[in-house]
Amino acid sequence: MEVGRIVKIAGPLVVASNMQNAKIYDVVRVSEKKLMGEVIEMRGDEASIQVYEETGGLGVGEPVYLTGQPLSVELGPGLIESIYDGIQRPLDEIRLKVGDLITRGIAIPGLSRVKRWNFNPAVQVGDSVVEGDILGIVDETVLVVHRIMVPPRINGKVKMIERKECLVTDTIAVIETENGREEEISMLTKWPVRRPRPYKEKLAPDEPLSTGQRVIDAFFPISKGGTACIPGPFGSGKTVVQHQLAKWADAQIVVYVGCGERGNEMTDVLIEFPKLKDPHSGEPLMKRTVLIANTSNMPVAAREASVYTGITIAEYYRDMGYSVALMADSTSRWAEAMREMSGRLEEMPGEEGYPAYLGTRIAEFYERAGKFVCLGSDGKIGALSVVGAVSPPGGDLSDPVVQATLRVVKVFWGLEDKLAYKRHFPAISWLNSYSLYIPNLTDYLETNYGREWLDNINRAMAILQEEAELEEIVRLVGLDVLSPDARLIMETAKSIREDFLHQNAFDEIDTYSSFEKMVKLMELIMHFHDLAEDALNNNVSILDIASLPIREDIARAKFIPENKEDEFEKLKESVTKSFQELKEKVLVET
Amino acid sequence: MIKEYNTIKEVAGPLMLVEQVEGAKYEELVEIELPDGELRNGRVLEVNRDQVLIQLFEGVTGVNVFNTKVRFKSKGMELDVSKDILGRVFDGQGRPIDKGPKIIPEKRLDINSSPINPYARNYPSEFIQTGFSTIDGLNTLVRGQKLPIFSGSGLPHAKMAAQIVRQAKVRGTGEEFAVVFAAMGITFEEALYFIQDFQKTGAIERTVLFVNLASDPAIERITTPRLALTAAEYLAFEMDMHVLVILTDMTNYCEALREVSAARQEVPGRRGYPGYLYTDLASIYERAGRIREKKGSITQIPILTMPEDDKTHPIADLTGYITEGQIVLSRAMHRRGIYPPVDVLQSLSRLKDKGIGEGKTREDHADVFNQLFAAYARGLEARELEVILGEAALSDMDRIFYKFAGSFEKRYIAQDESEDRDIEFTLDLGWELMSVLPTVELKRIRPEFMEKYLPGFKEKVGANS
Ligand SMILES: Nc1ncnc2c1ncn2[C@@H]1O[C@H](COP(=O)(O)OP(=O)(O)O)[C@@H](O)[C@H]1O
Ligand SMILES: [Mg+2]
Repeated sequence: MEVGRIVKIAGPLVVASNMQNAKIYDVVRVSEKKLMGEVIEMRGDEASIQVYEETGGLGVGEPVYLTGQPLSVELGPGLIESIYDGIQRPLDEIRLKVGDLITRGIAIPGLSRVKRWNFNPAVQVGDSVVEGDILGIVDETVLVVHRIMVPPRINGKVKMIERKECLVTDTIAVIETENGREEEISMLTKWPVRRPRPYKEKLAPDEPLSTGQRVIDAFFPISKGGTACIPGPFGSGKTVVQHQLAKWADAQIVVYVGCGERGNEMTDVLIEFPKLKDPHSGEPLMKRTVLIANTSNMPVAAREASVYTGITIAEYYRDMGYSVALMADSTSRWAEAMREMSGRLEEMPGEEGYPAYLGTRIAEFYERAGKFVCLGSDGKIGALSVVGAVSPPGGDLSDPVVQATLRVVKVFWGLEDKLAYKRHFPAISWLNSYSLYIPNLTDYLETNYGREWLDNINRAMAILQEEAELEEIVRLVGLDVLSPDARLIMETAKSIREDFLHQNAFDEIDTYSSFEKMVKLMELIMHFHDLAEDALNNNVSILDIASLPIREDIARAKFIPENKEDEFEKLKESVTKSFQELKEKVLVET
Repeated sequence: MIKEYNTIKEVAGPLMLVEQVEGAKYEELVEIELPDGELRNGRVLEVNRDQVLIQLFEGVTGVNVFNTKVRFKSKGMELDVSKDILGRVFDGQGRPIDKGPKIIPEKRLDINSSPINPYARNYPSEFIQTGFSTIDGLNTLVRGQKLPIFSGSGLPHAKMAAQIVRQAKVRGTGEEFAVVFAAMGITFEEALYFIQDFQKTGAIERTVLFVNLASDPAIERITTPRLALTAAEYLAFEMDMHVLVILTDMTNYCEALREVSAARQEVPGRRGYPGYLYTDLASIYERAGRIREKKGSITQIPILTMPEDDKTHPIADLTGYITEGQIVLSRAMHRRGIYPPVDVLQSLSRLKDKGIGEGKTREDHADVFNQLFAAYARGLEARELEVILGEAALSDMDRIFYKFAGSFEKRYIAQDESEDRDIEFTLDLGWELMSVLPTVELKRIRPEFMEKYLPGFKEKVGANS
């Protein structure tokens, strides 16, 4: 093996000489401690290396071993339910091996080398197969059928394939390629994290990813294969939204990347997900989840790698034809890790010290999302949705990371600290947020939930916007000057905000709202509004309307459990009755 | 063999560059001997071929380029620990300064401990009763949490922190907290205030103090909190104790970091603080927590004074991004004579949700705090309207909330320096204050709790129908 020599150490950056045969993004092992690092710059025979572990105690002259391999992840059965650090080392195994603290120089492969899986062939000897075709399947968890695919760039005839219980490294098939080579295929493949996995074709998004969060699904939906960002100051609810999506989004696979954030937030997921049931399948959520945890106190270079590790694993499941959702909390920490390395490399800084290539890297990352025709002759459709939290300093949206992200993503969920202070959660601003997918999704929504639903949300949004204008007036001259109609707008807007948009993530029932329930809830609120307008026209006073006791029931309607749609119908009838009584009372009085 | 050099090339600010060095290690501890025999300590910041950049804890005053010797100690900075550290006072580099006996080390620990494996963590969920309604009722603290106080100069954060140390308990356990106190650049008076308070209550016996005063070397502040946390980790995870760590003032710590960064001519981040400030602060704050199968815990209460009371200042901002909430003090409330002057709406405990409820505090806790927040926020909006338009312009409903906000501040937020409220008192007080609100407005509260806890509920419902 070739050996370089350390000439400089500055934090996570190590420079080594005698590295003429290294390539950019090659993995190296630094010092006798065998710390893992990656070449990020070459000058003559000197390589700059970002080291994924703490560099304290390293000295000049110590060896650097080349591996000749780029930074890659291991792909195959066993990914689901795992928790990895930013460079795909299993954190549970690390704990078994070295205890509660992550010490240095630990090398553990991403996939277990002792666990056996049942491989079931899906093709026969003699079949022609192309890259991406499914060779066979493995039941990875109760929720996930793992499809073993012909690796990219391999096409030919199946020469051998067998059903067997085996290790990920065992040969399960042999493919004879067109040029006569025999490729031994195992369930384990490797893929360099910085290179997007290939696909056949990218498609336009046309189906919503239901998230169970009303403000999102109703007003700012993301599509399957779409991209969204959640910027906001600390405490505004980025992580809770990400956790909610990881729990309730109707994706088949969830990859959650905790990038430079709190350790306890990952522990929370680890403890909760095995207990929570997926509303669509009834199985524990963990059975479809892969966790990447490179928390803020873990080495900063591995933080940079963590989002790539995550998205490569997500792409791999997409290639099987699954709908995958990836959450990255927070992409700002990834950008900061880039900035830190760039600073140590003494590159010319751009805005706020970020490297000039920040925008390119962010765009490349989100471009890996989408709805795809996957490789293979079977026309599998896979989707990869990506949702990134962004943590701008002081919540200031002019931050370069926010700006670069907004240039590429199609959905913006803007969190507002003012809403969070009032404990209006999710604190997603209904006035500033947007989704550019709405035109693509309209057909789907109309077919599945009817024209009335689309009308209702458009009307509700108009009422919320009107409220904002009316509030300005009230602030200047008081409520008294408002006409009864305007007062009604204020009342309905309040009801939309408090009874519909507000959603408590920590309430057992309210935490998830199916599309069906959400549609009913909105219908109820708009039903009240319509009857109230009519009552106003019949000389009922706005004060009488505002103090109708039925409003208390509307306020509690979000706590009606799933699949109890008749309760909404009953409530609607009660609303109708309440207004009839009001109108009758007015008639009697006059 | 310890190597000695007298090849200093440059000294500037807190930094020193030494040449022709062989075998120096990154982050290695360095001893410097001045011409008059005085010894100082430093740490290797960067090794570049035969040149080594050293950060001096005690500054470069008196260092002579030609006659000063530099020795590399082949190890990083360590702290000697044993159970005898309790009750003792150390300086910012971990040397005893209380004239007590030398610590006979049971262990020598690296002050930069390795990161806790997130898989090894246990989620904090045991309610700590601090006796403050604003904390226990609204921003509940749990064992293993890191909950900073965002203060401003002249605000009573020290008084609050001392009161927390006096009152903090996990009910039904009878266990007392050990306290690790790290002072960074605070005044002699402030340090004395804490020490005397610890002495008065006897807490001093179970306290370890690391003291770097305003007059002590600034660069030493970079190591002070790390020493304190090393001691805390030893007590928590090897001695099974529950440890409360007070770090004050983190602003001075960050300033020391900025000084070093500026001297190194690094590309500055916001307001001149280094770009790695987030990562650096995380390496301190993330040392709080609980570990599976370990009995002890580390709860952190860092204190920072926000320059110009600005919550978006990088120190407060990055702290808030790492810690599990924040208690924000308000100058306006302080001026109105409210103690503790907690800005309730801006404060947050992210871990409260798993620390409250039946079996922990009381079943109605979550509903009560949700409602109190909503009602107080609404009351403050009404107060804003009142300021512009006068009370007459308020609607009847606004007027109710306006009044509510006033009594909430006077009775719920404000309490006496010696008043140790238990959680039942705090919850009942919340109910009492809410009883002036119409039940239609109590949307965040489940009807069954209203029936059970709301004073006069039956009469109110009777009046409505
Ligand atoms: N949907 C929600 N329901 C209830 N509480 C919420 C919700 N979203 C956020 N919160 C509250 O806000 C706090 C901060 O949210 P978090 O997502 O951690 O913020 P961020 O990641 O933006 O710093 C949470 O601890 C929780 O108390
Ligand atoms: Mg967060």
